[in-house]
Amino acid sequence: MNTFKKLKQFYWPHKKYLFTSLFFLFFVVAITVVYPIVLQLTIDEVVLQERYSLIPYIAAGFFFIMLFKGVASFFHQYMGDLFGITTVYKLREALYEKLQVLSFKYYDNARTGDLMSRKTTDVEGFRNFISFGISDFIEITMLILFSLGVMFYYSLPLALITMAAMPFLTVVVYKFDKRVHPAFRGIRKSFGRLNTRVQENISGMNTVKSLAKEDFEVGRFSASNDNYRQNYLSTSGIWAKYFPVMEFIGNICVVLLLAYGGYLVINGDLSLGALTAFFSLVWYIMGPLMNLGFVINMFSQAKASGERLLEILEAKEDVTEIEGAIDTPIAGHVTFKDVTLTYTEDDDKALKHVTFDAPQGKVIGLSGATGSGKTSITQLIPRFYEPEKGEVLVDGRPVENYKLKTLRRHIGFVLQESFLFSTTIRENIRYGNPELPEERIIDAAKRAQAHDFIMGMPKGYDTMLGERGMGLSGGQKQRIAIARAICINPSILVLDDATSAVDMETEFKIQQALKEVMRGRTTFIIAHRISSLKHADEILVLEHGEIVERGTHEELVNQHGPYERIYNIQYQDREQIIETAT
Amino acid sequence: MAKDTPEENRHLNRFYYTVDHAVEKPFNWQQMWRLLGYLKPYAKTYLPGAVIAMLLSTAVRLIVPILIGKVAFDIVIANENMTMLIYMVIGVAVLYLLSYIGNVFRIKWVNILGQNVIYDLRQHLFSHIQRLSHRFFDTRSGGSIIVRIMNDTNSLQELFTNGIINLLMDVVTLTGIVVILLVLSPKLALAIMVILPIMFYISTKLRRNIRRSWQDVRIQQSRLNSHLNESIQGIRITQSFSQEKANEEYFDGVNTDNFKSWRTATKKSAMFGPFVELSNALGTVILISYGAYLILLGEANGGIAIGTFVSFGFYVGMFWEPISRLGQMYNQLLMAMSASERIFEFLDEQPNVVDKVDGEDLTGMKGQIEFDRVEFSYDEERTALHEISLDIKAGQTVALVGHTGSGKSTIANLISRFYDPTKGAVKIDGYDLRDVRLNSLRRGISVVLQDTFIFSGNIMENIRFGRPDATNEEVIEASKVVGADDFIQRLANGYETEVEERGNILSAGERQLLSFARALLADPRILILDEATASIDTETEVKIQEALQRLLKGRTAIIIAHRLSTIRESDNIFVLENGEILENGSHDELMKRHGEYFELVKSQFEMLDAM
Repeated sequence: MNTFKKLKQFYWPHKKYLFTSLFFLFFVVAITVVYPIVLQLTIDEVVLQERYSLIPYIAAGFFFIMLFKGVASFFHQYMGDLFGITTVYKLREALYEKLQVLSFKYYDNARTGDLMSRKTTDVEGFRNFISFGISDFIEITMLILFSLGVMFYYSLPLALITMAAMPFLTVVVYKFDKRVHPAFRGIRKSFGRLNTRVQENISGMNTVKSLAKEDFEVGRFSASNDNYRQNYLSTSGIWAKYFPVMEFIGNICVVLLLAYGGYLVINGDLSLGALTAFFSLVWYIMGPLMNLGFVINMFSQAKASGERLLEILEAKEDVTEIEGAIDTPIAGHVTFKDVTLTYTEDDDKALKHVTFDAPQGKVIGLSGATGSGKTSITQLIPRFYEPEKGEVLVDGRPVENYKLKTLRRHIGFVLQESFLFSTTIRENIRYGNPELPEERIIDAAKRAQAHDFIMGMPKGYDTMLGERGMGLSGGQKQRIAIARAICINPSILVLDDATSAVDMETEFKIQQALKEVMRGRTTFIIAHRISSLKHADEILVLEHGEIVERGTHEELVNQHGPYERIYNIQYQDREQIIETAT
Repeated sequence: MAKDTPEENRHLNRFYYTVDHAVEKPFNWQQMWRLLGYLKPYAKTYLPGAVIAMLLSTAVRLIVPILIGKVAFDIVIANENMTMLIYMVIGVAVLYLLSYIGNVFRIKWVNILGQNVIYDLRQHLFSHIQRLSHRFFDTRSGGSIIVRIMNDTNSLQELFTNGIINLLMDVVTLTGIVVILLVLSPKLALAIMVILPIMFYISTKLRRNIRRSWQDVRIQQSRLNSHLNESIQGIRITQSFSQEKANEEYFDGVNTDNFKSWRTATKKSAMFGPFVELSNALGTVILISYGAYLILLGEANGGIAIGTFVSFGFYVGMFWEPISRLGQMYNQLLMAMSASERIFEFLDEQPNVVDKVDGEDLTGMKGQIEFDRVEFSYDEERTALHEISLDIKAGQTVALVGHTGSGKSTIANLISRFYDPTKGAVKIDGYDLRDVRLNSLRRGISVVLQDTFIFSGNIMENIRFGRPDATNEEVIEASKVVGADDFIQRLANGYETEVEERGNILSAGERQLLSFARALLADPRILILDEATASIDTETEVKIQEALQRLLKGRTAIIIAHRLSTIRESDNIFVLENGEILENGSHDELMKRHGEYFELVKSQFEMLDAM
């Protein structure tokens, strides 16, 4: 119950919907039980006593009661649904806001698929219980109680016969539910595996075809396909085993009613109408009982879903603004003082005692193998992560002293793989500044060497980019990402391996674009190629999170350290080629 | 979905997501017939079995109300005949037992039937897609193919599992009730059947209207989910550009739209139940008033007995279920039409590259490659290769050099016969590729692509993908040869480490080494390699170069080369431009010639210096 208590803020403010729904539910159930009574009255009071003058009253009365029931059940259902969807609305809003502010650290350990399933399936699971579960449970209880009440009123022995069947049915329903729900989960999991299998096959089609592994793939697919079929069939097997039994128990009850009831009627201990009424009433008890399992399952699912939602809602926001954070223009002077960073406790330190100073407008090159800590340095400046020890200063102030928005607005990122959103090129370029006028967008695109190819497209700046910017080459995406960074006019620019995934020519174009953009901004360049680093004002060479060398290109090539080694590997070719060429 | 948006929806211009619209299609007999063809393998087993089981339980359902109403009330109870009552009770009990047996087998067989059909259909579709050529995959997004294999086939599941049998069952039930009622009392039957058209109307038209509004909800929901998905994937960009608030506004708009359409759909749905009940109530009112009048008349004067009245009471309650299901069935058929149309569209797609009927196996491939005046175009507007002729000797390493779009990849694709040339012939060991079996050809060729694809599974399985029957020792041996063993051993679980496509366990360089091991295991005569341009640190790059040397030993290799060191060590370099070979020769020869190659090398250095 704790889960529901913690999520109370999302549904309790709309409790009026729930109560209205339950209010109308009472009438719905009460009137349902009226139907067999009307049948009984018609037979006993009208037909058998031949009081046919009553018929119009009974008919009209019945019709109006049903009309009222119609209205009541409309409001019952509609209000119940409203209760659920309003809760979903609020819940989604809160989840979205939360996910916007959670830090990189959270996303490092999260999977998109998992988060998505929480935001869709789990929200839905919670809603089902809120919308239907609660009132279904109340409906079942009321229906059984009311029907039993009427039964006892009509005939004690017949009511007892019906009640005797209830434990049998309950046991079967219990057994059925215990087996069927895990089986359903089995189907879903198996379907998920089949889906993954297909997804992989289609995404890896080039590899499959190149290695001529089509038959092998068909074999793997049919294994998963068969597994899905088997899972489905074993579930329907449970169904085939228990469901007819449940119906059979109800039917046996009918047979007993017929036998004993018929006997009672013949002996004159029961009216014919009452016996007829029993045949309807018995299903008002058996039917809901069969569904009870589903309602209880809905509850336990909602509880599990609620817990998964709470995991998101209660996730720690480890990067937060301090009280009195300031909003002031940033010039771009970056200083690291003895900074140490650990991502997770089990990991080795990502940065160890890193100290450097990057004066405003200077270019800092970062060199080192994959995983040496280059990217980590740049991610500490906008506070995507918090250092474990040491201080990161911008313009002489600790980064925590700035408002997050202020800090990040002044830092532009161009990453190796540029993520573009599903919208027009124009909206993508002004992503960081949605109010930017057209001239500024075009200006940015021109400076990023993107204007020409954009204008070459039939729809120009209105060209729609699909998910992950499909339809553009790597170099084109990269230049749009550069234009996007220019649009926020950052004081600090981070180029994280911005040109490695493109061919030489494109790289040349992009480098030209970047040169222009870097002017007057403090720039951090992460690159493997010496040619991209050598003009930097200072180059930091990293190894396992430590700065092992620093200096200008000219200084470093003569230091006999790792930088020189890399330089030699990259440039030995060149010397030889130049020799042969001349 | 780009339509004029009113002021309040301005936020909606921020992102655009494509959503599927067409969910139903008009009924088409031909297509239905083709679909039903999938039942054929079961026409003598599960299909008739399920039908018989269904008929058994339906018959019981139809007979029992007469027994309880007509027989029990009018004959047994009215005449106070206790022995008859006992027989009756036993009779009904036996019938229920039969119905129980019928139900067990109906549920079982119907599901076996349906699942087998869906299995067959899905298997057919998947195997067919495997055989389709590159041209097919060039023009379609991966997502749209997956949707057809998974979701479209699944939406036929209900039709084949319960749909067809239920359709029969409902028609039988409905006809049965109508016939029984007409026999019991034609007058009362006709009076009560007034409610049938009303019920049909509710079950088709009203339900359709409701379903349309649920479609709206689904469209809104899929837009919402697309955005959620994108917002998670792009969260790092959003945070670095401080766009959290702006995105929240967008989300709020989408969420509100979704809420509104949901509310509308809910409201319409909530009306459905009451309408059904009211039409039922109308039936009961007719039964009570007219039925009572008929009882009053007495059986002798064309009226009815009480038992008949009671039976009618039961049957009126049974009308709704089959009618409701038939209405649902109608909607289901329309949806099945659109799903099956999409499935058949793929099944009718023919592979462009096919085996000749009398194709030969290319056994004992040596690896000599010849292009004889080969012309090729991907589409009519653009010719990718212009009458290219070249000769690669077995065991040679050849580099293809040129700008993007010069035709390097096309040459590689033609050697693996992913496409057929428009004119001319590609030959291996003197055989025209169109005359040999595809399988035997591709077994002799391995392609190592820039973006190595990692399948989910462990490292061992991923390498073994090159040759599924390789032993663990062989996999490890191959990894050692290409120098991948080192980093694999360093992983938490070594060769047992689980990896997946988007996982970040492996770096770009490590993936490359993995694909080398894969290729080595396949042990091809011809190796085609698209050199990676991705971010690989210099030390790893040195390792890759060393591995490459080992991999190439004794094989014919065609390398789409980006690194100067690879190019330089090739036996023959082809310089391509706009689908033509400008010059070829060894590095030294070409440098001396001071032609295009010389210019290319020079300009690369100039670029490097200018950076």
